[in-house]
Amino acid sequence: MKQIVIISGKGGTGKTVLTASFAALAKNKVMVDCDVDAADLHLLLQPVIKERHEFKSGKTARIDAAACQQCSKCINVCRFGAIRDDFTVDAISCEGCGLCSYVCFDGAIIMEENLSGEWFISDTKYGPFVHAKLGIAEENSGKLVAKIRQVAKEIAEKNAMDYVIVDGPPGIGCPVIASLAGADCALIVTEPTLSGLHDAERVIEVARHFKIPVKLVVNKYDLNPDMSDKIEYFCKENAIPVIGKIAFDKVVIESIVKGRTIVEYTNGKIKEEVVKIWEELKGFSQCR
Amino acid sequence: MIISIASGKGGTGKTTIAVNLALSFKNVQLLDCDVEGPNAHIFIKPEIKRREPAYIPVPEVDETKCSYCGMCRKVCAYNAIAVFPPSDDNKKGSVLIFPHLCHGCGACSLLCPAMAIKEVNKGIGIIEIGGKDDLQFIHGRLNIGEAMSPPIIRQVKNYINPTRTVIIDAPPGTSCPVITAVKGSDFCILVTEPTPFGLNDLILAVEVVKKLKIPFGIVINCADIGDDNVDKYCQDNKIPILLRIPFDREIALLYSKGIPIVHAKKEYKEKFQNMFNSVSKLLTPRAL
Ligand code: SF4
Ligand code: SF4
Repeated sequence: MKQIVIISGKGGTGKTVLTASFAALAKNKVMVDCDVDAADLHLLLQPVIKERHEFKSGKTARIDAAACQQCSKCINVCRFGAIRDDFTVDAISCEGCGLCSYVCFDGAIIMEENLSGEWFISDTKYGPFVHAKLGIAEENSGKLVAKIRQVAKEIAEKNAMDYVIVDGPPGIGCPVIASLAGADCALIVTEPTLSGLHDAERVIEVARHFKIPVKLVVNKYDLNPDMSDKIEYFCKENAIPVIGKIAFDKVVIESIVKGRTIVEYTNGKIKEEVVKIWEELKGFSQCR
Repeated sequence: MIISIASGKGGTGKTTIAVNLALSFKNVQLLDCDVEGPNAHIFIKPEIKRREPAYIPVPEVDETKCSYCGMCRKVCAYNAIAVFPPSDDNKKGSVLIFPHLCHGCGACSLLCPAMAIKEVNKGIGIIEIGGKDDLQFIHGRLNIGEAMSPPIIRQVKNYINPTRTVIIDAPPGTSCPVITAVKGSDFCILVTEPTPFGLNDLILAVEVVKKLKIPFGIVINCADIGDDNVDKYCQDNKIPILLRIPFDREIALLYSKGIPIVHAKKEYKEKFQNMFNSVSKLLTPRAL
C-alpha cells in the first residue's frame, strides 16, 4: 500500500480537481480529504456518509462567576489575551494551555473539552472516502488531519488496497506537516506564476525536510509559458520530475459546476494529460 | 481603519485584491499575514529596511535545580515536555523538551516549584519591514518545518500603524491562522469565485467573520465563469457585493509576472477606489 499526497503550497491551483480525477482513475484505493479547514473534494466525489464521529481536541477555559474573586491573576498570566477585564473568557483567543486554572486559588476556572469537529467515513462510487469538518475557529487541524489519515490507512490495510490518495491542505504549517508525515510520495500542483513558483519552492522544502519524494505538475501552463519553463528549469536543477503540464481550459470550471470529475466529464486533451499523470504517479516505485 | 482580506481558501485572488487596493490610494500600510506563503511582496517589490527574527519563548531546564517532580509535564497541555526521574539503577534523571509542540504559554516555567525552568527564545521565522514609495509594507515568513504560525502573525500585527489605512492579507482556512490575522479588523473583504468550490469556501469564510462579529462584503473574481449560485447566496443573505472582476487572460498574465493590475490597467484604480468608498460607507462611525 502506498500513500500519495497531493499538495500545492497554496490553495486554488487545481489540486482538488486533479485528486478527484485520480479517484476516478485509481482502482483499489481509499480517498482522504485532508483540507479539513475548507474541504471541497466531497463536492466532486458525492459521498454517502456511513459513519460520523466527533472529534474532541483541546480545551477552553470557563470562569465560574460565582467563585471568581476578581483577583486578576489569570489576566496577568495569560499570554494570549484571552481573559477580558470583566473576567469572562474570549474563547477564540484561548489556546487552552490551562495556566489560568492553575494560578486561580479560588478554583473558579474550569477547563472544558472542545468539540472541535467531526470526521466521516463515506461510500462513493469510487470507493471509501474519509473526510472531516473542522469547526469554525477551531484549532488543531493538524491533529484532525493525522486522525483521518490514520483511519484511511487502517481501511486500506484491512481491505488490502493499493493506495491511499490524499488531497492535502494549503500552506506549509501544521496541517500540511500532518498530511505529509509517512507518505510515500508528494505530488505538487503549481501554477505558472511568480507566486506559484515561490509557493512550490517552499512546499518542496517541507516535503524534503520530512524526506518525502516529490513530483510536480504545472497546471494552466499556457497562461504564462515563460514562467512554466522557469518552473521546469527549477525542477530540473533540483531533480524533481515534472510529470505533467495541463493547459487552461474553461471545461474544468464547467465540470466543477456539474459536480463531475474532469476525466469523466470530457474526453478532450485535458483528460489525456490527467490520465498520463496518474499513470506516471502510479508507477512511482521509482519515486523513492 | 483596518481592512482584512480573507477567502476561506487560497487561490481565489486574495493577494490580488489586497495589493491592488493598497496601491489605489495614499497613506496605506499593507501587512501580509499569510506567513506560510507570503506573496504580496512579489507584486509590491518593497525595499526591506529592517529584518527581525520571530520568536516564541520555549522552556529550558536547569537540571542542577530540577527535582524531577513532574509538575512541568503535568501542566503542559501540548505534551511538549517529558520527565524521566532518576531510576533505581542509579541513572541520572532528565527532562526532555519538544520545542515544536510548545505554544510558549509559560505554564511550565511559572509553575515549576524548583524554579528550574527559564524561557529562551526560539526562532520560528522572520519579520521584514519596508516599503515602496508611500506604502508601508510588513510581512512575516514562517521557517520551513515549523508548525506554529499564529505567533508570527501576532508579531506582524504588532506593527499596525493606527495613523494609516491598514490592509491585511490573511492566510487561507477557517482556523487559528486566519482568526489571528483577521481579529480586530473593522471590515473584512471575502474573495471568492462563482463555482461550487468558491461557494462552499465562501460559506465557511462567512461563518468565520460572523463569529468574529466583523462587518464584511464580497469580491467575486473570475465573475463571468461558473454559475450564479454565489450571487444568489449573497442576495439571500443580504451580503453586499463590492466588486466583480471578470476572467481575463491579460489579468492572469499580469498576475503570473507579479505586476499589479492597477499598474497596467489604469481603469482598475478607480474600481478599487470605489470599492474602498463602499467599504467606508458600510462601516460604523467608530472605525472611521
Ligand atoms: S516542574 Fe521543575 S522541578 Fe519539576 S520536573 Fe519540571 S523542571 Fe523539574
Ligand atoms: S511553555 Fe507551555 S506549551 Fe511550552 S513547554 Fe511550557 S507548558 Fe508546554
